[in-house]
Amino acid sequence: MKTLRTIAFSINQGFRNIKRNLMFSLASVSTICACIFLIGMFYAIIENFQYIVDNAQKQVGITVFFDEGISKKNIKKIGERIKEREEVDSITFISAEDAWEDFKDNYFGDSPELAEGFKDDNPLINSESYEIFLNNLEKEDEFVDYVKGLAGVRKVNYSEKTSTTITDFGRLLGYVSIGIIGILLAVGIFLISNTVMIGIAVRKEEIKIMKLTGATNFFVRSPFIVEGVVIGLIGAFIPLVVIYLIYKKAVVYILGRFQGLSKLVVFLPARDVFMVLIPMALAIGAGIGLVGSYISIRKHLKV
Amino acid sequence: MIELINVSKSYQQGAPALSNVSITIEDGEFVFIVGDSGSGKSTLIKLLLKELNPTEGIITINDKNLKNLRNRNIAKLRREIGVVFQDFRLLKDRSVYDNVAIAQKVIGESGRNIKVNVSKMLTLVGLSGKYRSFPKELSGGEQQRVAIARALVNKPSILLADEPTGNLDPKNSWEIMKLLDKVNAQGTTVVVVTHNLEIVEAMKKRTIIMKKGHVISDRKGDYKYENA
Repeated sequence: MKTLRTIAFSINQGFRNIKRNLMFSLASVSTICACIFLIGMFYAIIENFQYIVDNAQKQVGITVFFDEGISKKNIKKIGERIKEREEVDSITFISAEDAWEDFKDNYFGDSPELAEGFKDDNPLINSESYEIFLNNLEKEDEFVDYVKGLAGVRKVNYSEKTSTTITDFGRLLGYVSIGIIGILLAVGIFLISNTVMIGIAVRKEEIKIMKLTGATNFFVRSPFIVEGVVIGLIGAFIPLVVIYLIYKKAVVYILGRFQGLSKLVVFLPARDVFMVLIPMALAIGAGIGLVGSYISIRKHLKV
Repeated sequence: MIELINVSKSYQQGAPALSNVSITIEDGEFVFIVGDSGSGKSTLIKLLLKELNPTEGIITINDKNLKNLRNRNIAKLRREIGVVFQDFRLLKDRSVYDNVAIAQKVIGESGRNIKVNVSKMLTLVGLSGKYRSFPKELSGGEQQRVAIARALVNKPSILLADEPTGNLDPKNSWEIMKLLDKVNAQGTTVVVVTHNLEIVEAMKKRTIIMKKGHVISDRKGDYKYENA
């Protein structure tokens, strides 16, 4: 019963502390808001960049041609060996007929009569191939070496430069995002622990009185923890709403304003971004509040 | 019972604050501790509250050796000791009622019991009509009464008062002392650290005189100013 009363007291006192020190609470909420807004915006941008890079990766294909006169059975065998590789996202067999049809569409699309001369003599008879897309372009070199080593493979077409550029860009993006999010988190914890410390300094006397009248460390600490976590959650909720509104507007604006980019730039649906961002921001907010208040109150408990 | 056996306390710099002090205070006693600044009186109070640990010696309160007490048990020990300070240490943004009630909340007392106990205590110290007032609306004497009510509301067996009349005029000082005497008469052990020699002389209680960290005199009822 006493434990329940203590918990109820801690929660009640935590909220009363927020109200009583409204200016400090607002300062803390604003600080967390600013940090989480930056983290959230950055996350949304990074996720979309990553999505665009992933899409670009999937559009960089590798074409594998076979030795002349190779049997269907051997082509199938090569296909099976390729499929076994875990970096392979998809593999499609392009027959000589498919290759010719595709070529015709591309080059004789406007004057199909010109293609009639090749009606019974497919010039791409030796151009059967596999078209392969990888799920991880970083492994392209290794994969190409592997395929070149397979018996019956004549030639492998791939764009080394494109894949290297995309891969490097993706990697750079990863490093930059980890670095920036790390810095923002550290700044957040520093600012919050400072703000909470000011709040605690104001209540130093109260803490001392509580300790001298027989309060346990848990009893003294828990209202501050409640206060920190509540402030953190409020500080996370506000920027989430703001980011959601901005995201919705920004996607509509960019797609409307730059229609030419619509094939190249694909935005993640808000739901996908916020499914991760909401729990992440709330956890960061509560975490910053918890860690900040825990660190700040520690030294005041030594009474 | 409070027992100090060969207790010494040294800080990193300067002379020892307490040297080889041995004192026994029985349950229900009223004891004055007097001495000049730097005599070790305040260090003694801090040691009894386990705000500080002795460099040497053993301190026992109500059969508990303070040396190996863990955090939770320190809290329990302090519930057996009420403490009053010279500067009252009231929470300025809380009413008289809330200032006293905080000590009851700390020990997890129920709301209903808190109301009953706080009312009783405020009646005892003569402030039942001012439970809604804030500290700044009270005189120094009244503020000290609130502090005494807070110190006593958890029914401690010991009351430590560190210069309780230090900030009060003679009239209020006497009233506070009478109140402490009344508390003692109800069975609480009272230890008062004071500079107010006039009161010490008049009350004829056991008086321990300290000088430069040593107990130089421990007599009952016959304190004279020239002893100090």
